[in-house]
Amino acid sequence: MSTIIIDNTFEDPFRRAPLVLGHDNFTSVTEEICYVNEAPRPPKAWYVAFFISSALATFLVVLIGYLFVAGVGVWGNQNPVMWGFPIVNFVFWVGIGHAGTLISAILFLFRQRWRTGINRFAEAMTIFAVICAGMFPGIHIGRVWLAYWLFPIPNQMEMWPQFRSPLLWDVFAVGTYFTVSLLFWYTGMIPDLATLRDRANTKLKAMSYGILALGWRGSNRHWHRYERAYLLLAALATPLVLSVHSVVSFDFAVSQVPGWHTTIFPPYFVTGAIFSGFAMVMTLAIPARELWGLKNFITMRHLENMTKVILLTGTIVGFAYSMEFFIAWYSGSLYEKFAFINRAFGQYSWAYWIMVSCNVLTPQIFWFKKARSSIPIMFVASLLVNVGMWFERFVIVITSLSQDYLPSSWGYFTPTWVDIWMLIGSFGLFMTLFLLFIRFLPVIAIAEVKGVMPQAHVGHGHDHHLEDEQ
Amino acid sequence: MGRYHYIFPKWSNLLLPMMILGGAIAPLYVVMVVAYGFSPLTTDVGFQPQQPVPFSHKLHAGDMGIDCRYCHNTVEFTNHAAIPPTQTCMNCHTQIQKDSSQIEPLLNSYITGMPMQWQRVHDLPDFVYFSHSAHVNRGVSCVSCHGRIDRMEIVTQMKTLSMGWCLECHRAPEQHLRDPDLVTQLGWGIDRSLEQMIEDGSFWRQQNNLNPSQDCSTCHR
Repeated sequence: MSTIIIDNTFEDPFRRAPLVLGHDNFTSVTEEICYVNEAPRPPKAWYVAFFISSALATFLVVLIGYLFVAGVGVWGNQNPVMWGFPIVNFVFWVGIGHAGTLISAILFLFRQRWRTGINRFAEAMTIFAVICAGMFPGIHIGRVWLAYWLFPIPNQMEMWPQFRSPLLWDVFAVGTYFTVSLLFWYTGMIPDLATLRDRANTKLKAMSYGILALGWRGSNRHWHRYERAYLLLAALATPLVLSVHSVVSFDFAVSQVPGWHTTIFPPYFVTGAIFSGFAMVMTLAIPARELWGLKNFITMRHLENMTKVILLTGTIVGFAYSMEFFIAWYSGSLYEKFAFINRAFGQYSWAYWIMVSCNVLTPQIFWFKKARSSIPIMFVASLLVNVGMWFERFVIVITSLSQDYLPSSWGYFTPTWVDIWMLIGSFGLFMTLFLLFIRFLPVIAIAEVKGVMPQAHVGHGHDHHLEDEQ
Repeated sequence: MGRYHYIFPKWSNLLLPMMILGGAIAPLYVVMVVAYGFSPLTTDVGFQPQQPVPFSHKLHAGDMGIDCRYCHNTVEFTNHAAIPPTQTCMNCHTQIQKDSSQIEPLLNSYITGMPMQWQRVHDLPDFVYFSHSAHVNRGVSCVSCHGRIDRMEIVTQMKTLSMGWCLECHRAPEQHLRDPDLVTQLGWGIDRSLEQMIEDGSFWRQQNNLNPSQDCSTCHR
């Protein structure tokens, strides 16, 4: 297998840019991707990362235990800011979870073939981000032993959740999103799991992958049904990309709080979610491709495409920020006006300007080809976008709640050490799951990525390499 | 190919019929669980503890027509409907049936001053604040919650006293409302249809401007 890196970021309408580099046959593709799982040991960096992230995840579990025993007073949530970090983190993680389905479903339906290189782990990232997201409202309810009250379960109390409340819609939206994303991820993985099963060198691995592969044999009928199912799931998942974060934004927009009660929220939240999701994919993809030598599959072209998405969505987010100010002025509402001037120049102005510089200014460097082709710049920019998007949720939740209509009930929110370590711990949980995924499941859609190689289109009259036909 | 070519063993074909069977049994299971939830085993309906003396509500309240409030005299004024002290019983029983062996524990209580150990039949959880006066004065009859006490030899719990049961009435109270003067007439309205009861109840609801609250804090303070 060769590892010659060629530049595939050119835009030449007469030449299809290759999406898989350094491979001229399918066998070597399988070999290279499976090596991530089959190598006797993962790289040293994996151990270091796993040690740190699993330690943080364990600490998160300890903190949740402490929270359950001591009560929600261990957080900084206090009148008037009753939502605090848990809801900030919830919205942040749900947002991260958006790129997965966007890449899997929407790019699939639009025939964006470059998605094959990154869809598998973008989807995995989605699942893990939604797990982190779902955890926060779950522990935020205070009396966790009554968490099942979130669901409309018939009971002798004849008590139901408030169906007019977006908080209930959230339960359905996030629940549906998680279920469909999980199914989509798993369905897409079945042929690759069968590949790992057939290559397994221990009985345990063969059986585990074998059970997960559901008896896949790669027959024509299997492929036919698989592709049908995948297409249907893509169609089902597409509206979810838009619906989930719209519903999350209703948590705010349906209320009367100044700074929340705006119609721009659903599209603004969805764009922000895609923005942060792509940034997170990039943050994960860059080290992953370095460590496991996946540069042939996650090529510069993939990364460049992602920077373009980040530039676009970041600019839309910036437009939304300015529109909020315009409407605050145009509405003539005293409270709206105050809410936004207070955001930019009030007690949380530091957070606001972190948000603006990370989310609006940072992506603008991607207008330049130089930035779009520099790994370090991309990596730093993606990290900054993650920071900025967390602060966006912080600004929305905290500033509006801390100073709303009644000056007599104004307050200043200060997080406690538990708040901060739970946020860090959620990153630990996320990374732990992600590292386990890299080690034990096919990181790249092996079967799909072969489909975008010229060798898969032999006989279609292109400039393919006939000699590679197998 | 790896050394272990794993495919599902033959016995795994059994899983399909088992899953179909499980799917067929599932509705039965659901029915059983729901039936158990509604059965007296969970709801306490039919609870009938043994009392220290065989006091018959049928005889006293039914046949002799003593008003409920003669014994449960605080019901109109307080949350709690008082259990009468021995002295209330002895208002009559110093004269009537005073030599009956059945009321021996009552006489002992009267002489020693130690109260009777009546067993409580209708017991709400401690986190529920229920006010008898609030209901009785607004025209909710005793019979709505306690049933035909005037026909019971031994008092038995007739209703589930569950939160859902409370809420049913708080959501649509009409059929349980009547003229507040008639609340202790347990047999009143027995000859009326449900429609007539609701019509009458609607009148009293409007008359007394009754809007039962459904807030958590109404009962859970």
